Amino acid sequence: MATVIELPVEIFKGPVDPDWCPGCGDFGVLKGVQQAAAKCGIKPENLLVVSGIGCSSNLPGFIHAYGIHSLHGRAVPVATGAHLANTDLKVVITGGDGDGYGIGVGHLLHAMRRNLDVTYVVMDNQIYGLTTGQTSPTTTLGHKTKSTPQGNLESPLNPLALALTAGATYIARGFSGEQKHLADIIAGAIEHKGFSLVDVFSPCVTYNKINTYPFFKERVYKLEDEGWDPTDFHKSMEKAFEWGDKIPLGVIYKADMPTYEDGELAFKKGPLVKQSLKADKKMFDSFIEEMI
Amino acid sequence: MQEVTIGIAGAAGDGLDKSGDTLARSCGRLGLHVYAYNSYQSIIRGGHIWLRVRIGENKVYSHGDKLNVLVALNQDSIERHAGEVEEGGVVIFNSDKIKCDPALVRPGVKILALPMAKVTEDVVKEHGPLQAIMQNTVAVGAVCFLSNIGLEEPTSVLTDTFAHKGQKVIDLNVGLLKAGYEFAKANCQTLTKEWQFSHKKRPFVTGNEAIALGAYAAGCKFYSAYPMTPASTILHWMASHAAKTGICVKQCEDELSVINMAIGAGIAGARSMCATAGGGFALMTEAVGMAGIMEVPVVVVEVQRGGPSTGLPTKTEQADLFQVYGASQGEFPRLIVAPKSIADAYETTVDVFNLADKYQLPVLLMSDLLLSEHPETVDPEVFNSDVKIDRGEVVTEWKEDQGKFKRFKFTESGISPRALPGTANCNYVSATDDHDEESILISDMYTSPGTRRMIMEKRNRKIENLLKELPAPALEGPKDADLTLVCWGSTWGVVKEAVELLNAQGIKTNMLNIKYIAPFHAKEVSEILGKAKKKISVEVNYTSQMARHIKAETGISMDAHINRYDGEPMEPAFVAEHVKRILAGKALSLECTEEEAKDIGYHYLRTHALEKLRPSKLTKESGNGFGEQVWNIEFTERATGKTGARMLVGVSTGSTHSFEKLASE
Repeated sequence: MATVIELPVEIFKGPVDPDWCPGCGDFGVLKGVQQAAAKCGIKPENLLVVSGIGCSSNLPGFIHAYGIHSLHGRAVPVATGAHLANTDLKVVITGGDGDGYGIGVGHLLHAMRRNLDVTYVVMDNQIYGLTTGQTSPTTTLGHKTKSTPQGNLESPLNPLALALTAGATYIARGFSGEQKHLADIIAGAIEHKGFSLVDVFSPCVTYNKINTYPFFKERVYKLEDEGWDPTDFHKSMEKAFEWGDKIPLGVIYKADMPTYEDGELAFKKGPLVKQSLKADKKMFDSFIEEMI
Repeated sequence: MQEVTIGIAGAAGDGLDKSGDTLARSCGRLGLHVYAYNSYQSIIRGGHIWLRVRIGENKVYSHGDKLNVLVALNQDSIERHAGEVEEGGVVIFNSDKIKCDPALVRPGVKILALPMAKVTEDVVKEHGPLQAIMQNTVAVGAVCFLSNIGLEEPTSVLTDTFAHKGQKVIDLNVGLLKAGYEFAKANCQTLTKEWQFSHKKRPFVTGNEAIALGAYAAGCKFYSAYPMTPASTILHWMASHAAKTGICVKQCEDELSVINMAIGAGIAGARSMCATAGGGFALMTEAVGMAGIMEVPVVVVEVQRGGPSTGLPTKTEQADLFQVYGASQGEFPRLIVAPKSIADAYETTVDVFNLADKYQLPVLLMSDLLLSEHPETVDPEVFNSDVKIDRGEVVTEWKEDQGKFKRFKFTESGISPRALPGTANCNYVSATDDHDEESILISDMYTSPGTRRMIMEKRNRKIENLLKELPAPALEGPKDADLTLVCWGSTWGVVKEAVELLNAQGIKTNMLNIKYIAPFHAKEVSEILGKAKKKISVEVNYTSQMARHIKAETGISMDAHINRYDGEPMEPAFVAEHVKRILAGKALSLECTEEEAKDIGYHYLRTHALEKLRPSKLTKESGNGFGEQVWNIEFTERATGKTGARMLVGVSTGSTHSFEKLASE
């Protein structure tokens, strides 16, 4: 493996400044992605940041890299296609809980079970922000939102447990209030070979008055401070359900498993985009011969 | 021209497609032309399968109107199709199991009862008992004699087919083939004169195979799909050949994923394609607009089947034109094209990869079940893999001192050179939000009406140049015809033969096939149709969507429409008969025909588990208290021939008014 040459984080400064609300948790995540890319030494032309739709999905516009700002819920398949077409690109998917765990959750499950070598950073604010404050798949039970004025009736989805059962091989939780820690987790995710899910508490200061910075600051602790071993699946599953006064941050599970790319014959000759487009005449003619 | 049509009928799982394949490949090797159509149901075992194989000395463009030989693999098939065999034809069946009532066939039709056990006695002695499916090979042998194609090529086809199973299996099958051949020879005469075999070998190809081959020739590197009839066989071809072609073939969790992956691959720079049927395309529509606004080359194949909704999964229709035309919100350039034949499907697929790249837009290639699934012999020269590959304007190097790379530069042509991710100094975002030249969003904080107008016009300018590059439609047939038939897609072949039929009958007819749906050659089509004396649209749908599209684009209305929407493709005589009806000024009768009433009777028997009965006699009656004329359908017991039940079906509504059992089962 080539030596990693760290890059200055400034080169990832995007062409425009983010238009998120002042104090939005997504600022910290953007910085975390930029710091992680710099730490991993990924040149801006080799970094592809793919998002769906939502406040946090505007992130690709705020970073100096290639980006795809796709449809609501479709970041994962778009990223999958781009990644399979050019496996030389480092693909980081960024988006929100509505995008990833709501409208796009079907794709997320399948991407995880494929163990694709991509990183998915979910800015989880437990609310729909861009549409002005409706309930999301991770909204707490009983939380009163614009669409649930009597309180949310649906149990929140547990992204970490979901990722464990679906087959992701790097599962972590960060907090945009713990910026450096978050950058390290994302860097670990990018370096990990296989599907990485990083669920990030990224508070919505405008529409979620429950899951705020103080809410998390009082509760979060770092797994590595306790000498956590992320390689035991069943213990990780138990840990994924820890919630309440103490909420764990850090890499909850990590496994070394074959990736989808390892088994795909089409990559034997390198990334698809670098292969010749000319059909092999002899082979083509043999296909015609099959039908005679 | 000498031709012969063989029909093979049975249930799903009877293996009749393999029999048809042996016959068709043999003809293809001899230099004869074949067109086959398999009418089947969405069922894996059972049901009714009806394969027609039309063989001609010259090119045949449809499965035709005639039936010369019926191979019936079950009793049901005899009852349904024996009456369709033309005078001089033959009905073949295993007489150990099936009977054929002479009253069922037309005068001059030979009933060739094949005593399977006796005919295969020697083969069984040598090879042991036969599996039921092997008996089909005996029937194929008989057909080889009747259609006068000899034993040599069929033997070589079987030898190739079973090569992987060893000599013993080959010998067994060839033995069965010969037994059938000799039996027919001893009992019948051939149905055709000596053929002029050119011995030019032609592959026997389906439309979907042609599309897959076209994609491979064009350098497609990524193919994604979700299984859905009638598009699945593209996936099957792609998957079974992937180890050789090097194409990355991805079955996805749903059609949303399918098209979004294909577009992602397109953004990254791989030539990519996906395919689906109408229902899957409905899920894909949002992403079509994404490819439009991001200006991504991608090829989407939409194979139409009977709709709406799940509709008729295994039946043909041309009713998705409006869906495809209207796919996705907003306005954006895209190419919608409908190839007319298998050869055209190959060539069109190759072309559209270049057009998608050059104009950086989604291509929606429309096929239909008939075009995609029917096989025919195609001249091998059509499948030329040495094709032009034009990736359009791609920036591979950009120096920092060249300034900011503008992915969506406003140009005269509307085409902005693109750089693929990985190219240094060109970073940009492909966004679904509208954006400026540098791909900065104009949607959120600083919506700029000026920039919006410029980028809208830039994108849509591409279409003007694209239209200039596409060949305009032209009349086929006599220029000074009294009648012009207008069609699109697979109906081209049927209409082509209908035009010949009508001209032979003294009705001077020509035809106009529309291949490019968007952009549309409005000027050229206006000129042609403006001069046409009488215009009739011919479409396999209910609402004449192409006729409406032409009217929207040109203001020209058709004088009449010919439609079919019962799930089956049109036949040349069907078109010709309707043309004559229209010319005679007769209104279309929507009454339930005798044939349809019989079919409704069969449907009732199947759904009520009354397989012991069969519809035998139908009479039209009035004054029955149902407020309309009815078809009185008499059912007889298959075993005894006794009248078993009576059913009344409305002539006007087609409603099943009553079903009455007359005798104990």
